[in-house]
Amino acid sequence: MKDWPEVFDIAVVGGGNAALCAAITAAETGARVLILEGAPKPYRGGNSRHTRNFRCMHRGPLSVLTGSYEEEEYFHDLMLVTKGKTDEGLARMAIRSSEECLPWMQAHGVCFQPSLSGTLSLSRTNAFFLGGGKALVNAYYNAATDLGVKIAYEAQVQHVHRDGDHITHLEAEIAGRPVTVQARAFVLASGGFQADLDWLARAWGPSARNFLIRGTPYNRGVVLKDLLDQGADSVGDPTQCHAVAIDGRAPKYDGGIVTRLDCVPFSIVVNRDGQRFYNEGEDVWPKRYAIWGRLVAAQPDQVGYALIDSKSMDLFMPSVFPPVTAATIEDLAVKMGLDPAALRATVDGFNAACRPGPFHPTELDGLATEGLEIAKTNWARPLDQPPFYGYQLRPGVTFTYLGLKVDSQAQVHTQDGPIRNLWAAGEIMAGSILGQGYLAGFGMTIGTVFGRIAGKEAAAHVA
Amino acid sequence: MSLDLAPPDLFTEARRQIEICNACRYCEGFCAVFPAMTRQKSFADGDLTQLANLCHNCRGCYYSCQYTEPHEFALNIPAALAEVRVDSWERLIRPQRLARLFQNHGVAMAGLAVVALAGFFWALSALKPESGAGFYAYLAHNTLVAIFVPAFLAPLVLIALALRDYWHEVGGGRIRLAHLRQALGSAARMKNLSGGHGQGCNFEREDRYSDRRRQFHQLMMYGFLLCFAATSSGTVMHYAFGWEAPYPLFSLPKLLGVPGGLMMVAGCFGLAALKLRADPALGAQRVWGGEMAFILLLGVVALTGLALYAVTGTALVAPLLAIHLATVMVLFLLMPFSKMVHGFFRLAALLAEAGKPAPAGSQP
Repeated sequence: MKDWPEVFDIAVVGGGNAALCAAITAAETGARVLILEGAPKPYRGGNSRHTRNFRCMHRGPLSVLTGSYEEEEYFHDLMLVTKGKTDEGLARMAIRSSEECLPWMQAHGVCFQPSLSGTLSLSRTNAFFLGGGKALVNAYYNAATDLGVKIAYEAQVQHVHRDGDHITHLEAEIAGRPVTVQARAFVLASGGFQADLDWLARAWGPSARNFLIRGTPYNRGVVLKDLLDQGADSVGDPTQCHAVAIDGRAPKYDGGIVTRLDCVPFSIVVNRDGQRFYNEGEDVWPKRYAIWGRLVAAQPDQVGYALIDSKSMDLFMPSVFPPVTAATIEDLAVKMGLDPAALRATVDGFNAACRPGPFHPTELDGLATEGLEIAKTNWARPLDQPPFYGYQLRPGVTFTYLGLKVDSQAQVHTQDGPIRNLWAAGEIMAGSILGQGYLAGFGMTIGTVFGRIAGKEAAAHVA
Repeated sequence: MSLDLAPPDLFTEARRQIEICNACRYCEGFCAVFPAMTRQKSFADGDLTQLANLCHNCRGCYYSCQYTEPHEFALNIPAALAEVRVDSWERLIRPQRLARLFQNHGVAMAGLAVVALAGFFWALSALKPESGAGFYAYLAHNTLVAIFVPAFLAPLVLIALALRDYWHEVGGGRIRLAHLRQALGSAARMKNLSGGHGQGCNFEREDRYSDRRRQFHQLMMYGFLLCFAATSSGTVMHYAFGWEAPYPLFSLPKLLGVPGGLMMVAGCFGLAALKLRADPALGAQRVWGGEMAFILLLGVVALTGLALYAVTGTALVAPLLAIHLATVMVLFLLMPFSKMVHGFFRLAALLAEAGKPAPAGSQP
């Protein structure tokens, strides 16, 4: 194994938002910093490259954010999605720090834009990146480069070598060649393990092999597993991942935002056997999209089919793949590989249970079915106006919950106490705060807040 | 007629890319293209032509895109739209054969320049008037008018006819004063090269923003307009007030023309330098040579115009006059067939966009 020729003050493992925030913060104190990004340059940035906004507390209008979004409301929103599975101290710290993050992000090249069309509901709480997460990642790589941070791509860290309460070096493969990286402090920001299908299958069951991975194929959790094997404190349910229902034709990895399907509230969703299995109109889509990954994952073959008729076609954001189209329900069933008779019976039963009434696509309209075992409680209109359209749904995994437990300084611990020169930020420790569910834009908040803390603490350690 | 049809894969590919784009929308704030695309879920050829002519090739969307190669979606929106854009100029301008020739081949433009040069050297020797001051000692005013007025107006007629077809193709509506004001405002500020954040585009510095292209383009555009105003003021002075060239430095034609010429020179050579640094794969690669030749032509027009002023009274006037007039002639004749035509189509696209209903979710 070859030694990297230079001994760095700080080595940052990972190349997404949290890693970059840590590297920039540390480099600004004068520290010599190396970023080890596992992906090749075009895919740098981990899942951050697929993100689009940053959930930010603010006490008045701030940059592109309207109104105010204060700590209590933010924390309340977090409690709703996590059902209390959070560390209140860390969560509140992340929320409070988010306000000062936004100007810091701008100062380091991130540009914001008003909330995108179709996302007006987020204009108060979430600041959207102009160009999306990849533009943010580009800005941070440029800022880091200008500060003299060294960046190694295709640098996959295999082992973090611990000697008692401190880390001595990393064993990595850079562009396929084994290299030992020496540094005085280390920041781990290498994401979760959702791209490792074997691990997912061990945790979730063999059906996980049918899941699609919405983000980077490079988050394989190698460093996370290495640290857990060495007795690092962990947090988060090891068997759980966050999954949403996405277009079943999406690429296995890296499909990102365009594979989402927003048609469910206006559709009926059936399983492989042509049977409905959940109330499609339970709540507005921004509050329900996150549960559908799990719902579809629980169906046979981990697949669902959302069906609409021509009335509903223009009520939701376009998706990347055109729907399967047919003039009759039977034809649609054949084209989608469903049993025509079973689907006909389901649609007939549903249509017969629909009641007349005012339909309001943007609010809970209470237009509900009557007499069905599985009711649809809003937007229930019969499927009766051809052409009919169908989308195949599959679970798309966004991230995993298992991570390293950190303290408020982002420091990693074992049962013997803190590892003196090791910090963690981003998805690899997000389970400390986000134990369940997901809050849009909160991953970037955790990454930015803890990335900056980790960078600052690591820099102070080597100063 | 098969020549009338765009290569079919051009629109197919642009449509494929725009539909992916429209499902993402992360780039909405960069320029007018992205809000415009949110009006639809499906895109007719005319819609794509309009989006393509709205696109200023700032490349912000490319460097921000999570779906560029090696991703299997292989998006390259700046290139896809550039292809459709250049194709629209070649399709809608008649004769198409000339448009294809000069858009694609800088050599063709150089060839025409040589012919024009020979023509003017011949004219200067054969048509030299008996008397006259300044330039008119070499070529009589009436001869110049007889040559240049048709050479200026005929190309404009071709452009006007093409714009009429463009308006029809993209479904442009009735033009109101407010639309005109909005379109001219966007063009005057080059709003769509600002990146939306005011830091400029991603033309020559990859994923870093730079305002250079906007600055050089402004120098070029306003320099050109000043020179045009200088010529127009000379025409007015000649016919309305009987004040004939040559004009002294403190006269309208010179006060407008000299700074205009200097701005054009700076703008042209700046734009050419940026073009050398920019990635050709993010534009319409096949017209790179034609575009570069056009930029240089503009620079040479301005440079020879300034030089002509500088050598007043020397023996160099005659050859420089021939060179300058030849380059101006080429510029005029090729207005419909060169990159010059982008200004007309761009303004038409901005105007058509101003007349369309505000995109859903657009900011007031």
